[in-house]
Amino acid sequence: MTFALVVEQTLNGVQLGILLFLLAAGLTLVFGIMDFVNLAHGSFYMVGAFFAATFAQWTGNFVAGVALALPATLAVGIVVELVAVRTLYARDHLDHVLATFGLVLFFNELVRLVWGPEGRSIRLPVVLDGSVDLPLGITYSIYRLVIIGAGLMVALGLYILVNRTRIGMLIRAGASNRTMVGALGINIKFLFTIIFGLGAALAGFAGMLVTPVTQAEIGMGEQILIVALVVIVIGGIGSIRGAFIAAIITGLIDTMGRSFLDVLLLTVMSSNAAEAAGPALSSMMIYILMAAVLFFRPQGLFPPRGV
Amino acid sequence: MRNAITSRRGIVTLAVFAVIASMPVLGPALGQPFYVDVFTRVMIWGIAAVSLNLILGYGGMISFGHAAYLGLAGYTIGIMSDAGIDNGFLQWPVALAVCGLAALVIGAICLRTRGLYFIMITLAFGQMIFFLGVSSDRYGSNDGLPIYSRSEFKLGGAELDLGNGTLFYYVTFVLLLASIYAVYRIVNSRFGMVIRGSKSNEARMNAIGVSTYRYKLTAFVIAGVMCGVAGVLMANFERFVSPDTMDWPQSGEMIFMVVLGGIGSLFGPVLGAAVFLLLSEFLSNIMESKNIIFGPFLILVVLFARGGVNGLLGSRAERRG
Repeated sequence: MTFALVVEQTLNGVQLGILLFLLAAGLTLVFGIMDFVNLAHGSFYMVGAFFAATFAQWTGNFVAGVALALPATLAVGIVVELVAVRTLYARDHLDHVLATFGLVLFFNELVRLVWGPEGRSIRLPVVLDGSVDLPLGITYSIYRLVIIGAGLMVALGLYILVNRTRIGMLIRAGASNRTMVGALGINIKFLFTIIFGLGAALAGFAGMLVTPVTQAEIGMGEQILIVALVVIVIGGIGSIRGAFIAAIITGLIDTMGRSFLDVLLLTVMSSNAAEAAGPALSSMMIYILMAAVLFFRPQGLFPPRGV
Repeated sequence: MRNAITSRRGIVTLAVFAVIASMPVLGPALGQPFYVDVFTRVMIWGIAAVSLNLILGYGGMISFGHAAYLGLAGYTIGIMSDAGIDNGFLQWPVALAVCGLAALVIGAICLRTRGLYFIMITLAFGQMIFFLGVSSDRYGSNDGLPIYSRSEFKLGGAELDLGNGTLFYYVTFVLLLASIYAVYRIVNSRFGMVIRGSKSNEARMNAIGVSTYRYKLTAFVIAGVMCGVAGVLMANFERFVSPDTMDWPQSGEMIFMVVLGGIGSLFGPVLGAAVFLLLSEFLSNIMESKNIIFGPFLILVVLFARGGVNGLLGSRAERRG
C-alpha cells in the first residue's frame, strides 16, 4: 500500500463521487420539489451515454458529441415528463415506483432496438488521453481529472442556480410549499417540467462523462441508480448540499473499500478468510453505511431545512 | 360475502384455480405438456406474491427487496446440497430459518423508517444480498449455482420424490393454497386488524396504545419466511440459483404482480402472477423485445387499473366506490 496508490484511489473515489452527485442532484431535486420517486433516472444516464457515443462518432469529436447529447437528453427528459410522469404526481409512492420501473424496462428495450445489443465506446481526443504527472511522483489519468473538474463546475453552477437566481428561488419555494407557490401565480407545472428535464440532463451528463472510461451499454443505469438512491438517502432526501457531501463520501468509501479492504482484513484474519470476505464486504459497505445512517438519523445526514 | 362464490369474481377465481389444479392432466391432453412447467412457475411466483401482498397490500409496507428471500432460500438449498446435505427435512427448515432471520434484521432496521425511505432502504438491502451472491466465488458468483439433486424426503420406507413433475406440481399447489389460507387467517385475526389498522392510520393505532412496530416486524418476518417457501420451491424446480434470482427487477416484478392482481385482495396476487407470467410468455414467443410492450403496459395498469384484475372483476358499485 504505497502513498501514490492511496492518492490515486482517493482521486478515483472523488471521481466516482462526482458522477454519483450528478445523478443524485437530479433525483433529489425531483423528489424534494415534486415528491416524486424516479427509478427511471438511471435510464437518462444510459440514454445520455448512447447519445454522446453516436454524436461523437458523427462529429468525430468527443466534446462536440457531448454538446449535442446534452440538449438531446434534456429533450428526452422533458418528453418523459410530459407524457408519463406528469399524470403521476398526484399518486402515491407505490405508483411512482411501479410506473418508473415500467419506464426502465421500456428504455432498456428501446435502446436495444435503436443501438443494438452491443455497447458503444468513445475514443478520447489526444489532448485528454494519457496521464499527467502530479507532485510527489504521482501520475494520474488526465481524463479522470477532467471528470472531477467538470463535475465540480456543474456542482458550483447548480449551487448558483438554486441559491442566486430567480428560478432557483422558485425551486426552493416549491420545495417548501408547492401549493403556495402555485397560488402566487407561478406556473408550477412548467417549473416541474424544467426541473425534471434539468435532472435528466445532469444524469445524462454523468453518463456521457463515464462513457470514454467504460462504455455505453444497456442496463448501465440501474446499478449506479441504486447507489445514487443510497446517496440521497444518506444525504437527506431533497437536499442538494447533502447529496454532494454524501456522494463524495459514498464514492470514497466504495472505491477505498474495493482497493484496500482485503489488505486491512489481512491484518486481523488469515489470508484465505480475507480473500473471501474482502470482495463481499467491500461491495456491501455502502449499504451498511446507509443502514447505519438510517438507524441513527432516519432523516439522513443533512435533511433540507424547513421541511 | 354471502354471494362470494356466485359473484363474477368468485366464478373467475374458481375457474383459474380449477385450471391450475387440472393442468398436469389438461396440459398433456392439449398437446402442450410445457404448460405444466409454466404453471408451476405461476404457482411459485404466486406464493411469493401472496407473501408480499401480506405486508404490501394489507400492511402498506412497500418492500422493494422481497426477491432477496427467493435468493436466500435458494442459496441455502444450493449450498447445503453442495455440501452433500440433500435431506429436505433439514434443508427446508434451515432455508426458511435463514429467510426469517434475514427478515428480522432487515425489518428491524427498515421499519424505523417510513414512506420513501422504507422503499429505498429495502431496495438497498435487497441489493446488498444480491452483491453478497455476486461476490461469492465459491458458489458460482455471477454464473450462479447449479443444484444437482432435489431435496429428498424419506421417512422410513416412504419417499416423496420431488423429481416427479406431477408430484412436485401438486406439492406446490398445496403450498400455494396453504399460503393463501395462512394470509386469510392472519388478516382476519386480531393481529391482522392491527396490521391493516397501521396501514390506514398508524398514528391513531399508536394513540390507542398499540405498538405497531412489533406487529409490523412480525408481519415482515412472516412474509419473508413465506417468500422463502417460494424460494425453496424455485430452487428445487429450476435446479439452479443465481444472483439474478434476487436482483432488484425481480422485486419490482413481484410488486407488479401484486398490483396487477389486485393489491390487498386474497387471491389477487395469484391472478397477477398468472397474468404476468402468461403474458410475458406469450410476448416473448411473438417478439424478441417484449419489454417494449411490457413497460408501457405496466405504466397503463398503474394509471388506469388500480384495482388490478381483482378490481375489474368486482361489481360496478364497488368500482365506483
